[in-house]
Amino acid sequence: MKIGIPKEIHEGEQRVATTPEAAAQIIKMGFSVSIESGAGVGANISDEAYKAVGVEVVADAKTLWKQADIVMKVRAPEQHPELAIDEVEMLSQGGRLISFIWPAQNEALMQKLAAKQATVLAMDSVPRISRAQKLDALSSMANIAGYRALIEAAQHFGRFFTGQITAAGKIPPAKVLVIGAGVAGLAAIGTAKGMGAIVRAFDTRPEVKEQIESMDAEFLMLDFKEEGSGTGGYAKTMSKEFIEAEMALFARQAMDVDIIVTTALIPGKPAPKLITEGMVKSMKPGSVIVDLAAEQGGNCELTEKDRVMVKHGVTIIGYTNLPSRLANQSSQLYATNLRHLLTELCPEKNGEINVNMDDEVIRGTTVIKEGNITWPPPPPKLSAAPAPQTEAPAYAAVLEQQKKSIIPAPVKQFLPLIIGGVALFGIGFVAPASFMSHFTVFVLACFIGYQVIWNVSPSLHTPLMSVTNAISGIIVIGALVQISAPGDLIRILAGLALLIASINIVGGFLVTRRMLEMFRK
Amino acid sequence: MSQSLVTMSYIVATILFILSLSGLSNQETARRGNYYGMLGMAIAIIATALNGSFNAYAILIIALLVGGAIGMKAAFKVEMTQMPELVAIMHSLVGMAAVLVGYANFMDPTASLAGVEKTIHEVEIYVGILIGAVTFSGSVIAFGKLSERISGKPLLLPGRHWFNLGLLMGAIFLGWLFLHQAETGEGIVPLLIMTAIALVFGVHMVMAIGGADMPVVISMLNSYSGWAAAATGFMLSNDLLIVTGALVGSSGAILSYIMCRAMNRNFISVIAGGFGTASGGEAAAIEGEVQPVDAAETAQILLAAKDIVIIPGYGMAVAQAQHTVNEITKLLKEKGKKVRFAIHPVAGRMPGHMNVLLAEAKVPYDIVFEMDEVNEDFPHVDVSIVIGANDIVNPSALNDPNSPIAGMPVLECWKGGTTIVLKRSMASGYAGVGNPLFVMDNTRMLFGDANATLQEVLKALKG
Repeated sequence: MKIGIPKEIHEGEQRVATTPEAAAQIIKMGFSVSIESGAGVGANISDEAYKAVGVEVVADAKTLWKQADIVMKVRAPEQHPELAIDEVEMLSQGGRLISFIWPAQNEALMQKLAAKQATVLAMDSVPRISRAQKLDALSSMANIAGYRALIEAAQHFGRFFTGQITAAGKIPPAKVLVIGAGVAGLAAIGTAKGMGAIVRAFDTRPEVKEQIESMDAEFLMLDFKEEGSGTGGYAKTMSKEFIEAEMALFARQAMDVDIIVTTALIPGKPAPKLITEGMVKSMKPGSVIVDLAAEQGGNCELTEKDRVMVKHGVTIIGYTNLPSRLANQSSQLYATNLRHLLTELCPEKNGEINVNMDDEVIRGTTVIKEGNITWPPPPPKLSAAPAPQTEAPAYAAVLEQQKKSIIPAPVKQFLPLIIGGVALFGIGFVAPASFMSHFTVFVLACFIGYQVIWNVSPSLHTPLMSVTNAISGIIVIGALVQISAPGDLIRILAGLALLIASINIVGGFLVTRRMLEMFRK
Repeated sequence: MSQSLVTMSYIVATILFILSLSGLSNQETARRGNYYGMLGMAIAIIATALNGSFNAYAILIIALLVGGAIGMKAAFKVEMTQMPELVAIMHSLVGMAAVLVGYANFMDPTASLAGVEKTIHEVEIYVGILIGAVTFSGSVIAFGKLSERISGKPLLLPGRHWFNLGLLMGAIFLGWLFLHQAETGEGIVPLLIMTAIALVFGVHMVMAIGGADMPVVISMLNSYSGWAAAATGFMLSNDLLIVTGALVGSSGAILSYIMCRAMNRNFISVIAGGFGTASGGEAAAIEGEVQPVDAAETAQILLAAKDIVIIPGYGMAVAQAQHTVNEITKLLKEKGKKVRFAIHPVAGRMPGHMNVLLAEAKVPYDIVFEMDEVNEDFPHVDVSIVIGANDIVNPSALNDPNSPIAGMPVLECWKGGTTIVLKRSMASGYAGVGNPLFVMDNTRMLFGDANATLQEVLKALKG
């Protein structure tokens, strides 16, 4: 099948849906790939680079769309600014499209695509299960957005991030607040930490507390109990009381921090308004807010989509194309996500795709199948948070099983003592005095051994075994005592024992020495 | 040399042996301890040889020279990865020597005991030969299993417990027969039959034990060789032998106990054999997809990390990868990373096996840690590298009560950032248990021979 990659037409979009590396591997799977001339320019990839791996370069968009069996894009189809025609119109009847779609926000687009009898896979609808991680373009793009958000903030922030004490005075470190610790939030935390700032983070989902703390950031606790985890690892809308408590927390933080990065999104809903105009006013002049939710209306009341505003002395950044500002890197990751999706679609590597609706990943990603809208999919089976209730009963069952022993517990506990006592009594009853003196030595030696061996460092257990091995060659004494007895057979037996035991002694000590020489600090 | 002087020499030798073992409590004193042991042995041999009744100097010198030469050759030639085999074969030598001395003592006509003392003496001979023979044949089989001359899989005969019980009953009956016949100076026949039974028992016992339980078996045989020496001491009324045998015996017993605890297994159930056949609930099946990486990506992950823990297992020994591991460790440390090693007590095929391999590769021992020292730190670790280990990093030991290894303490590397697992293929570990670690979100699999892939990683790190 032929895969076509058009040039992105959305304003400011620099990414491209495949890179030469990814294309080479797609071709290996049996597909042929063509690309619109200049598609990779924004991401610093020339047409020649594509040609070099066997990609056909097509001069105009119309031909490309017409020829392609599968079209792969970044942005959802829209009106072409130069050709004055909608990209959906260019898609051939019954064609296949893989791109970001946002079906919840773009109902009209969905209808138009369905009318075309198209099959559409939305990269924003990849189910959040572990198997699908490698094709999760939302995560890979969010990671870049989170990083870039901090870089943008740094550009507009008039101070160092890291604290320093210099001859010319002390520089305090910048304080960064990250709201929403999803992939983008965590990337922002990591970047801010890397630059030396003090980082605080907030999220409504309690299970991310550990992730935040693992990145060395402070998790802001809310004195309020409500579970914020929805299905598929996303957040859900919270109760009114919770939001009030949350807003009070943000109001206090706003007065203290220098930079706020907001990433709070609830799938399919407008972004929650978390930073009010009043909070912006209370921030120190020169502070920066980066609103990663600008596309969905923004977490800050004053955010304007795609623009940088200065209001009340605070710079508010509302870029929606942050991944596009690292176009080469984002194209690479997105292209890899797409390639993984193709691998799922084409398990036989024969260049034909099979939209198998029984496969959970493909089912979730497919939003239109041959003109029928299949979105939304049934909910995924697993939430990212583990269900805590399942383990306890299983353990209880095991414990019960163990209890059903034949001998009651107290008897079992004392049984070794009783047996030992009876045995000692029996020996004492029949043994003569000469045996008892040896037995005394034996028992005391066992106790010395017990005390000494527990102190041996576990890393020296192998030398311990070899040295005890050498020492147990002391049996040579037995052979020496016997060898002087009359009788050739006895002499032969004892001589043999002597020989064997001396192998042990010499070998054991020398190998121990060799090992111990190796242990170096 | 008077008898008192000999006894005094024995006391000195005993003290030196105790000092030798207590010296092993840390690396600095261990070397001195080993010299104490040699000195003690020399004193013991010289004192015995200078005893008035000793007259076989020619045999003594020849045996010492020949035996010493063989021992020396073995000690210098052995690869550190083959240490378990060497230890096993040396245990068998002690067992054999005990059997030979027992027979020699039985045939010794100069003994002049009567009544209860004579009976006790005969019991001592009988028990000494019994333990010696079990140690000998068990160690030979253990050697075969470790050197892969014999399959590592447990051999499970039907009704094996009854078979063992039968052997035990036979040994007791023969003992009774032996005591009766020995009154009249005979009894060599029951003694020989009993030796054969003990040999069969030793073979059968070790054959039934799986490869994963080898550390327990080795330390158990270590213990037996001590008890064999102690029994010989009783037989000869020699306190030096008794003390030394008891020291070695308890040392091996404690090691067995430590190994059993590290696997959360009962000593009896290890000895009874047949690991993994225990019935119970069905263990949860492992589902999911592994995420393979290549050497270059591994190098990238390592370069991005700050705190790295390396978890070696038997696979590292098999691939002889310890030197490459050390090279990588040095390189990473030069780049300012914190690199540590985490050693599970039963990693490898004998207690402390991994420590010796790492020491051989000149990994400094102060960055090598035990499981309990590291386990709490895993949440702060960026990358864990698991080299040829499986069961000791299996999360189902903790959270799947139906798993055959449930309750065994394991290295909880999955709590860290990323875990990279080096493995030859997706086959399960020695215990035959699936490992959910391999399909976790933060686990990456690096397939191939451990040494070859680590060489590539090293190249990528340098490049």
